[in-house]
Amino acid sequence: MSTQAQGAAETPGGPTVELTLRFDGRPLKAAPGQSVGGALAAHGITAWRSTRKGARPRGLFCGIGVCFDCLVTVDGAANQRACLVEVRDGMQIDGSYPQAEGDRQ
Amino acid sequence: MNASSDVLVIGAGVIGAATAYFAAQQGLTVTVLDKGLPASGTSSACEGNILVSDKELGPELELTRYSLAVWHGDLSEHKKLWEFESKGGIIVASRESSLASLHRVMTVQTGYGVAVEELDRDALREAEPHISPEALGGASYREDCQVQPMLVAAHLVRLATEAGVRFLAETPVTGFLRSGDRVTGVRTPRGDFAAGAVVNCTGTWAGELAALAGVNVPVLPRRGFVMVTEPLPPMVHHKVYAAEYIDNVGSSDAGLQGSPVVESTPGGNILIGSTRERVGFDRSVSTSALRLLARNATALFPFLEDVKAIRHYHGFRPYCPDHLPVIGHDDRAPGLWHAAGHEGAGIGLSAGTGKLLAQAIGGQSPDLDLSPFAPARFGSPADPTPAHHEEATA
Amino acid sequence: MSPGKVGSIMKADVAVVGAGPAGLAAAVAAAEAGALVAVVDAGAQPGGQFWRHRPETVVPEPDGSGHHGWRSYVDLRARFDAARRRGQIIYLPGLQVWMPEKNDAGFTLHTTPAVARARSEDAATNDPAGSGAGNGPAGSGTVVARRLVLCPGGYDRQLPVPGWELPGVMAAGGIQAFLKGNGTLPGRRFVVAGTGPFLLPVAAGIAEAGGQVLAVLESSSPAAWLPHLRAAAGVPEKALEGAEYAAVFARHRIPYRTRSIVTEILGQDRASGVRTAKVDADGRVRPGTEGVYDDVDVVGFGWGFTPQMELPVALGADTRLDADGSLVGIVDERQESSIPGLFLAGEVTGVGGASLAVIEGLTAGAAAARERAADKADASRATRHRRFAEAMHHAHPVPAAWQEWLTPDTTVCRCEEVTASQITEARDTLGARDSRSLKSFTRAGMGWCQGRVCGFAAGCLAAGQRVSASAQSLSDAAKRPLGAPVSIGELASLETDS
Repeated sequence: MSTQAQGAAETPGGPTVELTLRFDGRPLKAAPGQSVGGALAAHGITAWRSTRKGARPRGLFCGIGVCFDCLVTVDGAANQRACLVEVRDGMQIDGSYPQAEGDRQ
Repeated sequence: MNASSDVLVIGAGVIGAATAYFAAQQGLTVTVLDKGLPASGTSSACEGNILVSDKELGPELELTRYSLAVWHGDLSEHKKLWEFESKGGIIVASRESSLASLHRVMTVQTGYGVAVEELDRDALREAEPHISPEALGGASYREDCQVQPMLVAAHLVRLATEAGVRFLAETPVTGFLRSGDRVTGVRTPRGDFAAGAVVNCTGTWAGELAALAGVNVPVLPRRGFVMVTEPLPPMVHHKVYAAEYIDNVGSSDAGLQGSPVVESTPGGNILIGSTRERVGFDRSVSTSALRLLARNATALFPFLEDVKAIRHYHGFRPYCPDHLPVIGHDDRAPGLWHAAGHEGAGIGLSAGTGKLLAQAIGGQSPDLDLSPFAPARFGSPADPTPAHHEEATA
Repeated sequence: MSPGKVGSIMKADVAVVGAGPAGLAAAVAAAEAGALVAVVDAGAQPGGQFWRHRPETVVPEPDGSGHHGWRSYVDLRARFDAARRRGQIIYLPGLQVWMPEKNDAGFTLHTTPAVARARSEDAATNDPAGSGAGNGPAGSGTVVARRLVLCPGGYDRQLPVPGWELPGVMAAGGIQAFLKGNGTLPGRRFVVAGTGPFLLPVAAGIAEAGGQVLAVLESSSPAAWLPHLRAAAGVPEKALEGAEYAAVFARHRIPYRTRSIVTEILGQDRASGVRTAKVDADGRVRPGTEGVYDDVDVVGFGWGFTPQMELPVALGADTRLDADGSLVGIVDERQESSIPGLFLAGEVTGVGGASLAVIEGLTAGAAAARERAADKADASRATRHRRFAEAMHHAHPVPAAWQEWLTPDTTVCRCEEVTASQITEARDTLGARDSRSLKSFTRAGMGWCQGRVCGFAAGCLAAGQRVSASAQSLSDAAKRPLGAPVSIGELASLETDS
């Protein structure tokens, strides 16, 4: 996918360590210091919340914790802001928007 | 002078809106004035309850049952406009003593024709799977309903205007037109309005307005906080409250009282009530009230512990010392009528109140005897107790 | 009790909310004037949005590339850390204030973690003073202080546009925050649109990080600056910044299109392109100027900024409408609000950028620490920055005709999915003429964000075509009795009633 996707752990000056998350049950690589939203976007995943009325996809919007559009379940804690939560190795992330196979790598 | 009308309604909350709506149905010409916008007072700061379960036996229960019939009858075609939900209420007892009291109340209520059904431990859990393990049993009231109260008031005003009623927002009443004792209209910054009947539907401010007309209608504010949670999938299916709630409703204690009332809304948010305090129009947020709400609610539904509150609001219930509303003609000031002081039951009682008052103003004999609610029960005009004036926000 | 413990009470002379340019400056100034300072910030490390940088646990010594005023940050940060080591600043990161209270003792701040605590962090120790950033979020707690400096900053102001609820559409500042915080971009091909000079650093940052900026669409025109050149000349560093951006734009061949807007986001389940058009001075679309950008990953929007006003409003501070139409707090020359002991600095006194925020923070912090008049040199620098900001607001207004861009089914309130037609119907048939009644009748502003994103637009729509939201409407929209979501369990365990 994008250069950013592979570049997550290879940014100049950044660490080369990789973490593994589980997103909707599947393993996903991430780099230390990324936000959950950053890790998902690096894999081309742009939507993980489903709206209540229209079941529409939502992901990052304001990026700074104001809009609550990017809500996600982190290690069982519901409705966490993906833009604020920093990834940790082994973190379980569950969205409410069904992911199509082609959306991920 | 503006054009004269048969009826001039002051206040476009849910009571004024219902009164205007039914007066127009009677064929009367109606003008409605509000100092702000529709539903900007207590109607916008409550939970929208239409309850049978918590009513004292006597005139209040009679009015409740009549009003319920109006909601399901005259107003049934509009139910969708205001999210009418026949969700039913459940009273929960968590102690043997309160369970015994609840059973006594149920027996009496059944005698008065209230539809109530006992729920044992298992039946309670079938009805509300997430109820506390401590809950021993309960009573189910299938007649209890809920509406979105701001939409009720706003749509009744809209329907009334479509039926020819004149509505003026941001038009505060500053005085009354008199002819001797008789009230013949009102003064406003937009000029005078003459009317055959002037109806005081100003809720918490009704005492103040009555004082302007020289009569004592002792309506006072009783503050209540409601907490709103994040939107959730359906977890609470009825209006669920604790047996102690009924005692608080009828209490005159000035201190902070609270008893859990938990219910979900069509938007997915759970509303958590209730507190009652007599602190005048104090709008400062009370951490003790919030803590009480939170503790009571988690005792009833433990899962709420991890649920987030996203806002809270408070309103001022308009109450009279005898906990009965003031509905009818004020013989002390002929031409002046009142419909106020419904305390925490104004939404539920509005439909019946409006219809009965319209019948009386139109010269008919009302379907229900209004004499228990007569304004003159507060005696001669001495000692009007004006509450200090404040804009309503919530 | 120690900081960071659930239910703990911290006592300080001065509490500062926010650790961005204004908050850092206020904390440093108050500490250096001898006060014991408690700093509450939602972020996990100092810097706020403007100086947001990658976690110091991963990049311990950020070089400040992509930042402006980084030297100012490094200076403030060194003084901040030194004051922490002296025990004069108690730093409480990862906390949001859900309720501020004014009482006889001064101010009480009730806080809640911005991010849920991980189970593994429950036993974690506190960050030793001066070691750098905080180690993740602290537990909820209460801060009591005689004086309070609020520096909560702001966020991008938004106008709804058809399709803006699609994934891939972000706040312009959200793209920048993503880049600053992650060191990567949220996509490959970008369009940045809206109005104001802030669009420039966003686009430049994207390009320098390797993204492709297909266009920057600015609704205003450079000619709008002509009447304000005197004000602009008063702040020469802004001209330098402008020259830097021009160079970046030229190097990366970024098209900068003025009097241009995005009229629609294209795409089914995510943004894939945009429709654009030229507009006249009022923002009306000029027929025949429509265009399309295909193959767009990310669309960034910013229409100026909205100051975070819920805390000043909750404490009853007097407010006014600023030149940009935002609700802001009224302060005196010492940055003190109408509430004695409550100081405001940064965007909540008027959107004016980081340099001004630092000056205001220094003034507010010093004044909150001791009764001190504002520094004359600072005051004159602040005046020049404010003149510049006002000129900027006049040159980059929200286009008067923006409501005409909406279609009936355009989402206005993203949280509750309320459309433009639902709002105009409530306005026209139910008399919803302010944001408060609109909220009651349509649920616009009732969701998770409590109207932070749609509040301005909804207030304008309630007021009517070509009318901006009134101060009353914005003030009602900013009344958020809970400044942040807080769990019922935390409320149940509140210890005191002050």
